[in-house]
Amino acid sequence: MNTDLYEKKIPIIKIGNFLIVSIQVDMHDKLAIQLQSQILEEIGKTSAKGVLIDISVLEMVDSFIGRMLSGMATMASIMDAAVVIVGMQPAVAITLVELGLEMPGVDTALNMEKGMEMLEKRVRNEDNDLF
Amino acid sequence: MSLVMLELTSEKNWEKLGKHILKFENDVVKLRQTIRHYAKQFRMGIVDQTRVTTAVSELFRNMYNYAGGGEVVIEKGIIEGKEALIITCIDSGPGIEDLELAMSDGYSTGMGMGYGLPGAKRLVDRFEIESKVNEGTIVRIMKWR
Ligand SMILES: Nc1ncnc2c1ncn2[C@@H]1O[C@H](COP(=O)(O)OP(=O)(O)O)[C@@H](O)[C@H]1O
Ligand SMILES: [Mg+2]
Repeated sequence: MNTDLYEKKIPIIKIGNFLIVSIQVDMHDKLAIQLQSQILEEIGKTSAKGVLIDISVLEMVDSFIGRMLSGMATMASIMDAAVVIVGMQPAVAITLVELGLEMPGVDTALNMEKGMEMLEKRVRNEDNDLF
Repeated sequence: MSLVMLELTSEKNWEKLGKHILKFENDVVKLRQTIRHYAKQFRMGIVDQTRVTTAVSELFRNMYNYAGGGEVVIEKGIIEGKEALIITCIDSGPGIEDLELAMSDGYSTGMGMGYGLPGAKRLVDRFEIESKVNEGTIVRIMKWR
C-alpha cells in the first residue's frame, strides 16, 4: 500500500463559477477534514457559486465521510454556494441508505455533466430571484 | 426483546485468516481495505463487499475514537450452512454503559452521527456485541455468501 497517497492534497479546479473537486484516494479522516476546509477556503477566495465533488472512485462512504460531505454542503450554502456530489457508485448509494444516513442538503447527480446542469440551473434561478 | 446477544458465537473449527492491531487513524483505512480484499476473495458481490467494508469502517473508527485502538481478528467459518466471513473487533477501552442506547439510531456520546453501530448491524448478516464498563468492547460481525 502506498501511504504517500494519503498525504497528497486533493486538487480543486475552478471552471467558470464552479469549483470541481475529484477525490482520488480512499480518504482517511484527516484528509476528509482537510478537504472540507480547503473547499470552504476556495469558495471564499473565488466566490464560486457551486461545487461539484466527484466521488466516483470512492468505494465506500461511511458515516464519517457522510457527515463530512453534508457538513460541507451546509457550510457552502451559508457561503451562498451549492454542492452537488457526482458519480456515487450504485453499491455505495445502496449501502448509505441501509446504514441509515440521510445527508441533508446534499444533492447528487449521476455524472459531471448532469451535476453541472444542476448547478447552472440553480445559479440561473437565483439570478432570476434578484429581479 | 433484547437488541443484543449476550454471548458471542464462536466455533473451534473456524479458520483464522488474520489478526491486526488498530492503533493509528490510518489503520482504519488500511484495515478496511484489508477487509474488502477478503470479501473479494470470498467472491462476494460488489454490494456485499461495500456493505462489509462500510460496517467495519464504522467499528474500526469506534475503536479508534472511543477505545484508543484495539485488535481485529478475521476468520472464516460455516454459519447456517453458508461460508461466512467473520470479523471481530476487540478493545480494552471504557466499554459501553447502555448497549441498547448505543445501538439506537442517532445516539452518540461524541460528535458522530450515531449511525455506526445500528448501521453496521443492518449491513451484515449477524451482529454481536459484548461490552463491560472499564473492561472493553467486543463486536463481531458475520457476512455470508
Ligand atoms: N468500542 C467502543 N468503546 C466504547 N464506546 C463505544 C464503542 N463503540 C461505540 N461506543 C459508544 O456508542 C456510541 C454509538 O456509537 P456509533 O453508533 O458508532 O455512533 P457514533 O460513533 O457516531 O457516536 C458512541 O457514541 C460511543 O459512546
Ligand atoms: Mg461510530
